[in-house]
Amino acid sequence: MITAGIDMGAKYVKVVILQDGTVKGKAIVLMGFDPLEAASACMKEAAEKAGIDPGTIDHITATGAGRKAAPNANSDITDVGAAAKGMVHVKEGVHTVIDVGAEEGRAIKIDAEGKVIDFAVNEKCAAGAGAFAESMSRALEVSLEEFGKLSLQSDKSIPMNAQCAVFAESEVVSLVHAKTPKRDISRAVHDAIASRIVSMVRRVGINNDIALIGGVSHNPGFVDAIQRSLETDLIVPEEPDYVSALGAAIVAGERNK
Amino acid sequence: MNENKKEFWRWKEYNWHDENKDPKSADIISAGVDVGSVSSQAVILLDGELYAYSNMRTGSDSPNSAKNAMNWALENTGLTIDDLHYTVGTGYGRVNVPFSDRAITEIACHARGGNLMYGNTVRTILDMGGQDCKAILCDEKGKVKNFLMNDKCAAGTGRGMEVFADLLAIPIEEVGEMSLDVEEEPPPVSSTCVVFAKSEASSLLREGWSKKKVLAAYCSAMAHRVVSLLERVGVEKDFAITGGIAKNAGVVKRLEKELNVTALKSKYDTQIAGAFGAALFARTLTEKQRKKASA
Repeated sequence: MITAGIDMGAKYVKVVILQDGTVKGKAIVLMGFDPLEAASACMKEAAEKAGIDPGTIDHITATGAGRKAAPNANSDITDVGAAAKGMVHVKEGVHTVIDVGAEEGRAIKIDAEGKVIDFAVNEKCAAGAGAFAESMSRALEVSLEEFGKLSLQSDKSIPMNAQCAVFAESEVVSLVHAKTPKRDISRAVHDAIASRIVSMVRRVGINNDIALIGGVSHNPGFVDAIQRSLETDLIVPEEPDYVSALGAAIVAGERNK
Repeated sequence: MNENKKEFWRWKEYNWHDENKDPKSADIISAGVDVGSVSSQAVILLDGELYAYSNMRTGSDSPNSAKNAMNWALENTGLTIDDLHYTVGTGYGRVNVPFSDRAITEIACHARGGNLMYGNTVRTILDMGGQDCKAILCDEKGKVKNFLMNDKCAAGTGRGMEVFADLLAIPIEEVGEMSLDVEEEPPPVSSTCVVFAKSEASSLLREGWSKKKVLAAYCSAMAHRVVSLLERVGVEKDFAITGGIAKNAGVVKRLEKELNVTALKSKYDTQIAGAFGAALFARTLTEKQRKKASA
């Protein structure tokens, strides 16, 4: 049996192809202006890597904010359900999943089987999502990758007054004018995002182990900020952006029986 | 950041004084200065009547912004800051006004100023400022009974409108009227967050929406956002809007429609309400001071 999970995120589309429970191929493609085109390209690329014809996939399950728009999907599952399902497959013993993408953040409490017990979502406000770090790196004129690393070089905490990403951008500009080192500004921004995420995590309750998934997990400054705020280490899977697509592919297998 | 880019969000700065009034014949010259997060206004009253005002962008520090606004209001009046009997500072930079005798919150000042500018029947004042939005309930004397404020989030504040003016490359003074020039009302932009609304607007433009249609969708989203704030505090007729967005017909008309009220009109500039209220307080405080001195 061949199944696929497709995760239609705000910024990237991810596909994982499973053959009898083993990952055969995966791909990630920038969403761009045409979600359909991005989804098809991503599916094609993953199928090529798996050495299969996309037409031979028995069941495709879509997840992510744009899941209703996924082409050729046989079923769909919420982001929360897919993240939980994928997580238990990747690592045992995780009871709290923090999933932060470009435009959404989620905190999910799960049991040992990957069943969702409770969750909280922020999809309303950029201040608790990846888009915030992105716009701040633009304001500082450094690459997003560099921006995250800069944060680790700082040993100073500057509290940000602004709660809102739009207002924070002006605050960052003022800090630049005040000759504040970029590394300290970077840390201030990551701490600000982390504090929003952590307050969301506290709403569902913190049960060890805690895992961080989603595209923002690639940012070491952000991982560090959350760890400091929670005062505990996080489990970050090797490929944090594929966890939900993997979860969707596993669900596709369950539904195809 | 982009020094050479045209700044569509910038609105015109101006000052005014009444040439038919003689400040030397006034008993009390009182002044108010409202240092907001985006703009600053100074107002000068002669015995409680409007004599001069200015409206300009707030600079990087409050004391200078307050001084500049006041000096600009005083321009060509023959008066200097030393001629002012009493000055009240208000707004977010109120504690940093070097020449003020007292600081009073902008909530109290907007209620007091609104009471004079729109008449004493006004019971609900919506102040739509540069980086915040306040719904204020007040009594016939212009005293605050209750209020609610959003200063945490750019949605529903002037800042959101500035972002859209820049995105669509349309001067901020024109966006309101333009948004009304649509054949039918589009559904409002669905994202609350200004950052997300911006991406949403870009998608709509790519789908072939006209700039006017996108503006209409944003103005109605903004109106809706503010209505939810108003509903939490309760809207009492008569209703008035102060601040910069009061000049944006696209938001105001949609707000009136959603609330099913007509906002009161005023012959005064909506942006000077806070400074006007501060100057009215300053006049009262001068009288109190004089009574004390003669007692």
